[in-house]
Amino acid sequence: MTDLVDRRTGAHTSDDAAKRLAKRYASERNFRAFGMGAVLFALAALLLLLYTIISDGYKAFVTTNVTVTAQISPELADPGGKREVNDLRRGDYINIARQAIRADLPEVTARQDLRELYGLLSDGASVMIRDRVLRDPSLIGQSITLKVPVSSDVDMFNKGKIVESDIAGGNARVTPKQLGYYKQLQEKGLISTDFNTWFLSSGDSRQPELAGVWGSMVGSILTLAITLALAFPLGVASAVYLEEFAPKNKWTDLIEVNINNLAAVPSIVFGLLGLAVFLQFFGLPRSAPLAGGVVLALMSLPIIIIASRAALRAVPPSIRQAAMGLGASRIQVVTHHVLPLAMPGILTGTILSLAHALGETAPLLMIGMVAFIVDTPHSVTDAATVLPVQIYLWADSPERGFVEKTSAAIMVLLAFLLAMNAVAIFLRKKFERKW
Amino acid sequence: MTLHAAKSTGKPTKMKAVDVEVFYGEKQALKKVALDVHENEVTALIGPSGCGKSTFLRTLNRMNDVIEGCRVKGQITLDSQDIYDPSIDVVQLRARVGMVFQKPNPFPKSIYDNVAYGPRIHGLVRTKEETDEVVQRSLERAGLHKEVKDRLHESGTGLSGGQQQRLCIARAIAVDPEVILMDEPCSALDPIATARIEELIDELRSNYTIVIVTHSMQQAARVSQRTAFFHLGDLVEVGDTAQIFTNPSDERTQGYITGRFG
Repeated sequence: MTDLVDRRTGAHTSDDAAKRLAKRYASERNFRAFGMGAVLFALAALLLLLYTIISDGYKAFVTTNVTVTAQISPELADPGGKREVNDLRRGDYINIARQAIRADLPEVTARQDLRELYGLLSDGASVMIRDRVLRDPSLIGQSITLKVPVSSDVDMFNKGKIVESDIAGGNARVTPKQLGYYKQLQEKGLISTDFNTWFLSSGDSRQPELAGVWGSMVGSILTLAITLALAFPLGVASAVYLEEFAPKNKWTDLIEVNINNLAAVPSIVFGLLGLAVFLQFFGLPRSAPLAGGVVLALMSLPIIIIASRAALRAVPPSIRQAAMGLGASRIQVVTHHVLPLAMPGILTGTILSLAHALGETAPLLMIGMVAFIVDTPHSVTDAATVLPVQIYLWADSPERGFVEKTSAAIMVLLAFLLAMNAVAIFLRKKFERKW
Repeated sequence: MTLHAAKSTGKPTKMKAVDVEVFYGEKQALKKVALDVHENEVTALIGPSGCGKSTFLRTLNRMNDVIEGCRVKGQITLDSQDIYDPSIDVVQLRARVGMVFQKPNPFPKSIYDNVAYGPRIHGLVRTKEETDEVVQRSLERAGLHKEVKDRLHESGTGLSGGQQQRLCIARAIAVDPEVILMDEPCSALDPIATARIEELIDELRSNYTIVIVTHSMQQAARVSQRTAFFHLGDLVEVGDTAQIFTNPSDERTQGYITGRFG
């Protein structure tokens, strides 16, 4: 056996060999440097993105308020005098709010000046006073002290997004006179910067200072609930059938190719399909989470099927054989052994595809979820919008106040996504079993 | 090579294969195999890799059914009943003809649940007491009870390889089968664990009919009463183990057992 190899002398010890070795190490070093460079570049890009979003957006979580003392006169708040809710709703709270801000600066009296002073207040001020009165009608006839929001451009000035030169040059919707009043209020200690409860509790609004993400968050949650309820059982059932039961022939091959292709279809096509089929043919309500959820379910299905099939395939065949050897029927093999073992993978795939659906805008535009909707949806058939569409709408708005709202809504969306991914990791750890 | 395994005792036939042919797609894996498996005996199937011995073993409880493109021709009977007859329920057949695999494959569940799984799906146990009893009896028979009785509710995958394989045997006998098929049950085990399994097979012989595929001729000689030698899809020779190993009638058998090929 020894004479089989004609061994060249010094094949691995000569200078040449040392050079070859050095070359191999060098290419390894280069590759590692390249890989690390790529990772660092990606990290830097991510940090830059997060920095721009957060530095733009964090201020949307606070808002500028002015403290006023409002006299709830019975004539204005309850013209009917019967303390009935419908009457109370019709009270002249705008007037009450105006009188309240006037009380803060009693030296302003001229009609023209008063109008400018009233312009400092947001439309939300009268809404806040009305809500207080509706909650507690016994306040009528008394005076209440509360913090009400100022109008958006004043808020922007307080946050430093608009500077005095903008105002002097007429580039803002605040007049120099209004700015003077604002400064007087500030000197009296009546201006404060507080946590913005509107932003997380209300729906969209034309006024940036009153716009919130709650409506679109609820819309997103309802839409995703529909998507999950449809896509998860259908996707898992299809995957189990294709992987465990279906014969391998040209029909199943064709189905497989089609599923893989569907996963790559641009999402707007699903939106068109939803418009043509679900809205036109089946008459589902326009702009509703129901229609949106069905469209997103169609879009998520192929991804869930592919992920579930991969998870099922990863279950070792020995487990199937063990169960079959004991006389378990095929369905018992699947439900008792294969599915539980594949569950972590299936759940991870499902949640990742849902996270993808959460960020989807294009198909929802097609079915009318792009409408301006102020109310928070209460059911899946109410008109609603979703977070990414809300971001799109705000990004498109000309008012300066919406710039920070856009970034803040992106932060909320990212937090949503992070929470979903955390759930995916949690489920994976919880169900993970070794074999 | 000790031949302590006695000569075939001439027991009645439990399973009978007549003219069995197996095809994987176009490829023929078994050619006209005829073999009798005697009751309460250990029948060893030996032969070089790819000779069809595992394929034959898997036809005995129809585990080949699930392999895509696999066809079985000929007749196999269990207690004179054709197991490929359409009226035969394959789930029931596998309860009567149990199987132990090459690689220990306990379920990723507790030791208790591993053993209790078979009886539960077949409805052999109704109460917790019955289940406890079946689990204990099966583990005792598999010679594992002493080692695991204090950790029945720990995972079966945490046991050593030999213990896992005995757990798989316990799991198979918990269903109370008549025949146990073993596909190279010791190939993944060390010599000590192998010796324990071999002892166990010898003990189980009094209650069960056993068919074992093995690569080790010594193992065949140690545990079996009858031996069948397969080569290239043919059943070359079958007979009493003592006769096969001392006085084979076929040249190929002679060549294989003396180590000239394989």
